[in-house]
Amino acid sequence: MAIENISTVKDGKRVIVKKPELLAPAGNLEKLKIAVRYGADAVYIGGQEFGLRSNADNFSIEEMREGVEFARQYGAKIYVTTNIYAHNENMDGLEEYLQAIEDAGVTGIIVADPLIIETCKRVAPRLEVHLSTQQSVTNWKAVQFWKEEGLDRVVLARETSHEEIKQIKEHVDVEIESFIHGAMCISYSGRCVLSNHMTARDSNRGGCCQSCRWDYDLMKQTDDANYPDIPMFSEQDAPFAMSPKDLNLILSIPKMIDIGIDCLKIEGRMKSIHYVATVVSVYRKVIDAYCEDPDHFEVKKEWIDELDKCANRDTAPAFYEGTPGYQEQMYGNHSKKTNYVFAGLVLDYDTQTGIATIQQRNHFKPGDKIEFFGPDIQGFSQTAGTIWDDSGNEIDAARHPLQIVKMKVDQQVFPYNMMRKELKWQ
Amino acid sequence: MKKPELLVTPSSVDDIERLSEAGADAFLVGEEHFGLRLAGEFKREDVKESIKIAHAKNKKVYVAMNALYHNDRVEDLADYIAFLQLVEADAIVFGDPAVLMTVKEVAPNMKLHWNTETTATNWYTCNYWGRKGAKRAVLAREINLDAVLETKEHAEVEIEVQIHGMTSMFQSKRMLIGNYYRYQGKNLKIERHGKEEALYLYDPERDNRYPIFEDVNGTHIMSPNDICMIDELDELLDAEIDSVKIEGILKSPDYNEKVVSLYRKAIDVYTENPDEYFNIKDNLYAEIEAIQPKNRKLDTGFFFKETVY
Repeated sequence: MAIENISTVKDGKRVIVKKPELLAPAGNLEKLKIAVRYGADAVYIGGQEFGLRSNADNFSIEEMREGVEFARQYGAKIYVTTNIYAHNENMDGLEEYLQAIEDAGVTGIIVADPLIIETCKRVAPRLEVHLSTQQSVTNWKAVQFWKEEGLDRVVLARETSHEEIKQIKEHVDVEIESFIHGAMCISYSGRCVLSNHMTARDSNRGGCCQSCRWDYDLMKQTDDANYPDIPMFSEQDAPFAMSPKDLNLILSIPKMIDIGIDCLKIEGRMKSIHYVATVVSVYRKVIDAYCEDPDHFEVKKEWIDELDKCANRDTAPAFYEGTPGYQEQMYGNHSKKTNYVFAGLVLDYDTQTGIATIQQRNHFKPGDKIEFFGPDIQGFSQTAGTIWDDSGNEIDAARHPLQIVKMKVDQQVFPYNMMRKELKWQ
Repeated sequence: MKKPELLVTPSSVDDIERLSEAGADAFLVGEEHFGLRLAGEFKREDVKESIKIAHAKNKKVYVAMNALYHNDRVEDLADYIAFLQLVEADAIVFGDPAVLMTVKEVAPNMKLHWNTETTATNWYTCNYWGRKGAKRAVLAREINLDAVLETKEHAEVEIEVQIHGMTSMFQSKRMLIGNYYRYQGKNLKIERHGKEEALYLYDPERDNRYPIFEDVNGTHIMSPNDICMIDELDELLDAEIDSVKIEGILKSPDYNEKVVSLYRKAIDVYTENPDEYFNIKDNLYAEIEAIQPKNRKLDTGFFFKETVY
């Protein structure tokens, strides 16, 4: 089976007609609205039961309803993750929960356990059912199985490569969703119970405590009980670690669109609104620019730099571009300093005075190098000038979380635009 | 009372004879190209030979095809399944639905056991795979005894439970040991660091040692302790669990032979005279404790442990 034709020629220019869905995460209603405003075609959220990330905020049914209504104004869809591997004790309340999700107007659920798949089909048949990456589907024949089981979409294992996904699209006609950005399990998803063993927290029901990201000593056992075991590292070596760099497929997006992947997914229900806004807006631009003119498309350096501004870990393309080696893992210090911090959220702008009303999200003061970005503006940078509090008194710095301040900005901004501050590292 | 099948994983064809004498009823064998974390590598000739020996003694041989397959290996499934049918394997153990699909195409009468190691956590899903064609579900090791018993009560398929040995905690497609060596600047050639290297990860906070090895399927990390239920078998036997498994991976043939014989005794004694079992069970436990390898403590896995989330 050939991959469907994704492009057509219009006015002598080739354009992509099959644009993939850009799917963003949201841990709460504020993040959901930001994701939609910044260009997500769909947002996935967690409910208060049956989802992984049991320590994320998660949505009540009422909040889901509000999220769905908000998204609808933008033509965006909402999916709910119900991707635990249920234990017997988790069966109670499942039917009512799925019906409530359906009634809230949610488009579909993301699910791993056949218990939840079949229950959903029985009690909430209007919901689409998407197979979670927790099932670690790695081949076309397994995709075929799940299609025959009536699933609407399969989220592939993060271990699948470009060539493999292409073959899957060639063999099976079902929607395919693939991750493009964010943190990743280093194990096959659903096949890791390190947390269960080390901390008695069930990884496959949302209790994962990321034991894989701790440091260990790699040792060789000796047969003789009288001889000590041998360390496989020397004193100056960093300890054994299994921490993968985060996924970043910005350079691969054209290839992903070319093979007809239906949905491109960003990871991170625990991430901030600044992270969601930055990542969604960059991928929105990449997808739109490529689809508009695929033959003259180039990834702009400013997009790559922009993604870096919200990254707290190094990134890599992982399995999409081949099997990752040690350069795609992190040893020793696992974190990375970005040069930017989210400093404020624009609430209002006065076109007469050029003064913006800003909700503080991090300390900033006159003289700081700042920049604004948002879905409705070209990003720009400036130096922060005089700052006033909401009573009009000049202040030496915006120091209080969520404090409302005013400041003159160089160009027009709009509500929900964001302001970053550049950090000066010593 | 129905006796459960006593299933063990041999490390070589030679083990089949010994472990049969020790009292095993069934064997799980296979090769890493198709199966995960096997106690030994059984190529096709070995599988054939194992089945011949076992069938002559009225024992069963199941073959592991429970890897996660990428497209390149899907092509190999049909031929291997046809071979297993030809040599009269008693069942195929699968996790990936690609195996189920291929069995339906090439060997529809072949018995199937569903085993993903970690995801058989409720009775509904066990029965779901039963409706798809599995005759047996192998329960996740991370559920407790009450959940095992409740699952058995509701099960429309045979239920297999691991009662002894190491369990798998983790599988990555990445070569994590080799990557670490290359990061250190040594061992620049790509080679696998298999089970024979006896490597483990030391966790100083818990004073735990987790065996780690690489194979064609990636990197595997194993549990720090060995499950040992020899003195806690009564409820499992009362519930008529269909198959109880002794995992022999990373253990010597001598150890496995001894452990099988002790479980054989425990099962036989309990089913014939439960009171006598309670008299001897502490001794049986002590006999296992006496042969535990260095650094391998015994525990009861998750049978009596609660997990939160």
